[in-house]
Amino acid sequence: MSKRIDVKDLNVYYGNFLAVEDVSINIEAKSVTAFIGPSGCGKSTFLRTLNRMHEVLPGARVEGEVLLDGDNLYGPGVDPVTVRSQIGMVFQRPNPFPTMSIRDNVLAGVKLNNQKISKGEADALVERSLQGANLWNEVKDRLEKPGSGLSGGQQQRLCIARAIAVEPQVILMDEPCSALDPISTLAIEDLINELKDQYTVVIVTHNMQQAARVSDKTAFFNIAGTGKPGKLIEFGNTHTIFSNPTVKATEDYVSGRFG
Amino acid sequence: MTSTLTPVRKRSALTKGQLPKYAPYVVLAVALIAGAAILALIGFNAFGWGIVSAILFAAGLVGWSAAVEGSRKAKDKLATCLVVGSFLIALLPLISVIWTVLANGIPGIITPGFLGSSMNGVTGVYDNRAVEEGAPVLGGIYHALLGTVQITLLATIISVPVGLLTAIYLVEYGNDGRLARAITFFVDVMTGIPSIVAGLFAAAFFFAVVGPGTKTGAVAAVALSVLMIPVVVRSSEEMLKIVPNELREAAYALGVRKWRTILKVVIPTAISGIASGVTLAIARVIGETAPILVTAGFATSINNNVFGGWMASLPTFIYTQILNPTSPANPDPSSQRAWGAALVLILLVMLLNLGARLIARVFAPKTGR
Repeated sequence: MSKRIDVKDLNVYYGNFLAVEDVSINIEAKSVTAFIGPSGCGKSTFLRTLNRMHEVLPGARVEGEVLLDGDNLYGPGVDPVTVRSQIGMVFQRPNPFPTMSIRDNVLAGVKLNNQKISKGEADALVERSLQGANLWNEVKDRLEKPGSGLSGGQQQRLCIARAIAVEPQVILMDEPCSALDPISTLAIEDLINELKDQYTVVIVTHNMQQAARVSDKTAFFNIAGTGKPGKLIEFGNTHTIFSNPTVKATEDYVSGRFG
Repeated sequence: MTSTLTPVRKRSALTKGQLPKYAPYVVLAVALIAGAAILALIGFNAFGWGIVSAILFAAGLVGWSAAVEGSRKAKDKLATCLVVGSFLIALLPLISVIWTVLANGIPGIITPGFLGSSMNGVTGVYDNRAVEEGAPVLGGIYHALLGTVQITLLATIISVPVGLLTAIYLVEYGNDGRLARAITFFVDVMTGIPSIVAGLFAAAFFFAVVGPGTKTGAVAAVALSVLMIPVVVRSSEEMLKIVPNELREAAYALGVRKWRTILKVVIPTAISGIASGVTLAIARVIGETAPILVTAGFATSINNNVFGGWMASLPTFIYTQILNPTSPANPDPSSQRAWGAALVLILLVMLLNLGARLIARVFAPKTGR
């Protein structure tokens, strides 16, 4: 239940502004890939192009190909909704639906799409998803309580449970721990390690130790200056990127000597 | 032997040069007495007493403060006096209105049959008899209450879908484009339309479409919805705008279509604000008089059909009872009925506002743990 992503010569534009230039990258199935780089270098923008979430912003468009197991996401007639149901996303700030209970938040992907589901199946799905997000034991007694009453770290794991409940092939995470304390961060990192057994995970992070801890491969993005497009500088095994990078800019960044 | 104890003082050095806590009360008492004395010289009245005392109080407190505490504290006291004074002035008409309507309206309301009967068959003869022989005041507002409820309900049924869908277009689909900006502009213009113009528009429209002289509750409802729609659009738009984009993105990322996201995530999140906005829009039009006079005419008997025949409403009832008393010789019973109707109208608006608060609380996103 996971697919690989191959990106070929991708350019991302906001209107006429070239935000990310010429990225080619191969993301293996059932692996964790981390995107690192300074703020504004286009890693979040690039991540959002992997499930066509950038299209939510007016004027955003791409050139090039993103292949999900060989199928081009940007091919003619491809429905972005189909893409997003296969490639889920977890955001920087936890965003459970405030009008829904914990249980309904997990079932949101099913219920919002008006799919019929029996109560038994729904219960099983809720338990499975919350187990998968390591949240079940903490919330099993208060599934009917609102999701916004949880702590930040619990809310973020609820969002992960919500994302895996629709059984995607790939999970994209956009700085999922940047709003969390170290203990919640640890819980999410453990979770990412478990998710890798079933899903392809792509994570954007500002925390290089986190990238080193959780990812199999790391991509370093950089930007030449304000107004210039972001570029993929180096992509390789995490161990190589952090211990023996081939590009000077990567070495400067991962060792903290940047700028 | 030197003592290490701090010397015990009556007042802290840190509060030196301040007026005592009781200062405002002393000044107030002096101002009230002095005010009464001044008014006694020129002829006493309560309103003048209040004004003179307020001025004396402000001058006395600020002057005393300037002498003891210095200019910064004195300015602070002056500003406090101005703020409190303005607040009291703003409160005056409100309390006065409530008092007048209650005092004049309660005799009307407690008259038997006031809420349950219409003005059908009630002529000046009965009113004359009521004044001259002490017979009970006949007639009531049932037909007007029924008309107000029906017309307002129909106006709400017309305006809420139109207004809400417009707001959804503006926030979710307009992208701040030329059309969206034009709609926003014209909605703002519509907000400023005088209500009589809305009434004339509805009347002219139905004259042209249905036939000359068409006056029904439905025409009045159309006139009122012209007034309601911009209010509903504006309030719903603001409410939809404050729904965080993150929630929309969260739904999109789950593979939910845009229209479903709007229907099931955006609107439920904003529903409490939308509902109270709609209620306030209703409260805004429920007291309109002029557009109803030119569109629904005026009736003295019960009309259950909003689509046919002239219809009464509470505001037009008040208007005609005051302007054309049922018995020109003895206008008191008519005026009593008018005040009673005014009280009912205010109570209706109050209930609507309470309803809006209740709706807002029921629908508000839950935050409990």
